[in-house]
Amino acid sequence: MLGALTRTRAVVNGATATRIRNLVGLVILAVILVVVAQKIAVRGLPFFIQILAFGVADGAIFALVALGYTMVYGIIELINFAHGDVFTLGAFISLALMPAFGLAEGKSAGIAILLPMLGIGVITMLLCAGVNVTIERVAYRPLRNAPRLAALITAIGMSSILEGLMFMWRGPFFLHYPNLLPDARISLGGGVTIGVKDVVVIASALILMVALTLFVNRSKLGKAMRATAQDRDAAQLMGIDINLTIAATFFIGAVLAGAGGIIYGFYFNSVDAFLGFTAGLIAFTAAVLGGIGNIPGAALGGLMIGVVRSFNDAYFASQWSEVYVFAILIAVLVFRPTGLLGMRVPEK
Amino acid sequence: MSRLSQLVHENRQNPNAIAYAAMLLFAIVFPPVAQFTTGGNGDFLVSLAADGGVFVLMAIGLNVVVGFAGLLDLGYAAFFAIGAYTYGILASNQLISSPLGHGVHIPFWIALFVAMFVAAGAGALLGFPTLRLRGDYLAIVTLGFGEIVPRFFRNLGTISGGVNGITALDAPSLPGWLNGPWVGQALAITNDFKFTSGNPTAYYVLMVMLLILSVILVNNLYQSRLGRAWMAVREDEVAAAAMGVNTTTIKLLAFGIGAATSGFAGSFYGAKLSIVSPENFGFIVSVTVLSMVVLGGMGNIPGAMLGAMVLYYILFKFLPDAPAQASSIFSSLGLDVIAKPQPNGWPGIGEEIARAKFVIFGLILVLIMLLRPQGLLPSRVREQELTHKATEEAVFDLGAAS
Repeated sequence: MLGALTRTRAVVNGATATRIRNLVGLVILAVILVVVAQKIAVRGLPFFIQILAFGVADGAIFALVALGYTMVYGIIELINFAHGDVFTLGAFISLALMPAFGLAEGKSAGIAILLPMLGIGVITMLLCAGVNVTIERVAYRPLRNAPRLAALITAIGMSSILEGLMFMWRGPFFLHYPNLLPDARISLGGGVTIGVKDVVVIASALILMVALTLFVNRSKLGKAMRATAQDRDAAQLMGIDINLTIAATFFIGAVLAGAGGIIYGFYFNSVDAFLGFTAGLIAFTAAVLGGIGNIPGAALGGLMIGVVRSFNDAYFASQWSEVYVFAILIAVLVFRPTGLLGMRVPEK
Repeated sequence: MSRLSQLVHENRQNPNAIAYAAMLLFAIVFPPVAQFTTGGNGDFLVSLAADGGVFVLMAIGLNVVVGFAGLLDLGYAAFFAIGAYTYGILASNQLISSPLGHGVHIPFWIALFVAMFVAAGAGALLGFPTLRLRGDYLAIVTLGFGEIVPRFFRNLGTISGGVNGITALDAPSLPGWLNGPWVGQALAITNDFKFTSGNPTAYYVLMVMLLILSVILVNNLYQSRLGRAWMAVREDEVAAAAMGVNTTTIKLLAFGIGAATSGFAGSFYGAKLSIVSPENFGFIVSVTVLSMVVLGGMGNIPGAMLGAMVLYYILFKFLPDAPAQASSIFSSLGLDVIAKPQPNGWPGIGEEIARAKFVIFGLILVLIMLLRPQGLLPSRVREQELTHKATEEAVFDLGAAS
């Protein structure tokens, strides 16, 4: 059988194979688009906008988490499984801080909550960053020159430890996260509305992403990060403090994940200790979908997954959502082996 | 006899040979010792050991993929699920409610191999378009596949039994010509060799035989031309291709053999538990098996087996028992303040340990990796590579300092 396979491969090789593969891909894509478009037309425009806004907001949260995965992977080639749990930690810490800042469900939900929310946000993000940098220092740095899978296993162990600590802290229950954002909807005319929550979530995620992009592209530390990601030894020879740069990467990744946790809490109003497991898996999928190591790619991947999930939940059977997300991932990697925006880089 | 003593003498220094001998000895003495120490109530332990064998078998299979060929597989449980479901569908009344109209009951011994080939086929099907991906992209594809398969079975409805899975799977039975005069007679260890839920020893013996068979097969493969090709691909794919190794076929074979072993394990698992449910094949299973292989020593068969046994013991015996054990220890020391729940909110040491099980498991993984990144019983080649790299870097550092 294998002989036959090899022969087939020999016949259909090189450019022809790529062309056939791309053609098949395009046909599949066209069929899917037609089916989806037909469903959308049946349910009307207002519903479509509502679902789209929900998907983009959901995707923006995944994108925030995905950025941390992609940055860490870009710089030390490690799938940081604990990252999803840092995201959950953000939701848990902010939830615990709320009484101290006088925030509770049903209180004045206006501009007055902006300042305490900002305070909670900053403290939570710093604490998450501290945890992530500590994890890097204790569990990953000693293994930087060990076989790569050893570091992967410690990452899984660290994920289990974080989940376990949160489990010990708050138990196995779903925790209610106060619904502080207004439930009002903004009318865009013609029956089309968009929720204030959606706007807040998308805007705050967007601000964080723009800040990150500016930081990585403009600042000196950002330049050091890019250099370290490209060639660690050469960067070291140029006088870059590798340990500091890697720690800074973990710091920034955790800041974004912590912010993502808070936003998730405000948007979905329910968190539990094992939230980060699935969320992390999907966020990592988003990072790979966009091209791992690529910051705009992670954002794009997150948005795509959010939109696909919400469309499938709304128009098709929701129990298949995750199946489709991972099927799209496999399909994208088959047709574009380096992700949507990834570039072909030589193996290190 | 002299040949045996010569064999022993030659392998006295070989850690792998010692590990094989120790494991074989352990496998033989375990059931009687378990029965003896618990006063005849050791069926529970033997059953647990037979379930543990499933993980050992999977570790052997994943070691081929990850350890030999160097392909990171994060969705290994998918093939386990495919094996288990294949057996479930082929050996139960499940298909009565399907268009086929009546249940299929293929004997275990045939279904075992059918499940193996189905799993291997799924492995080839997944591997064929994706094995040209490099490094971690392949890992993510397997991860995605591992997430898809259990959800697929969960959503498939009548064919796979949906959320409830398939129940009442056929138990294996020995063929008639083997049901000799001893069946029903009182043998020393076990009364009869029938595969019933009350007699885990039969499953245990079957598992040990499957393990021995797999070890022999995989070890032969490892020492063959194919095994050397795997190593070549693992170390440097471009160089291996330049030397005339057909890397795609080689990787596909590693993938398929790994999947086949997992399918093997899956059908045994289904037959023993008599139930397959989509909840049993999540990402956590893939990660556990991968941890077993890395923990034991990648690329070394006895290492992977040892890692599987150690981690299985920790996960399924040590951690579940720890709360009661700790509680009774502190009670016997007279420290009821620690052992019993207190009015000030302390829930008792047992309860506290039960709550901390995730933390303990994570700490064990992290500590073993930090203290022994090469694994408990690493392959000699790998160990040499590691020390070689360390010397190389030491020289580099020296040069940089001067």
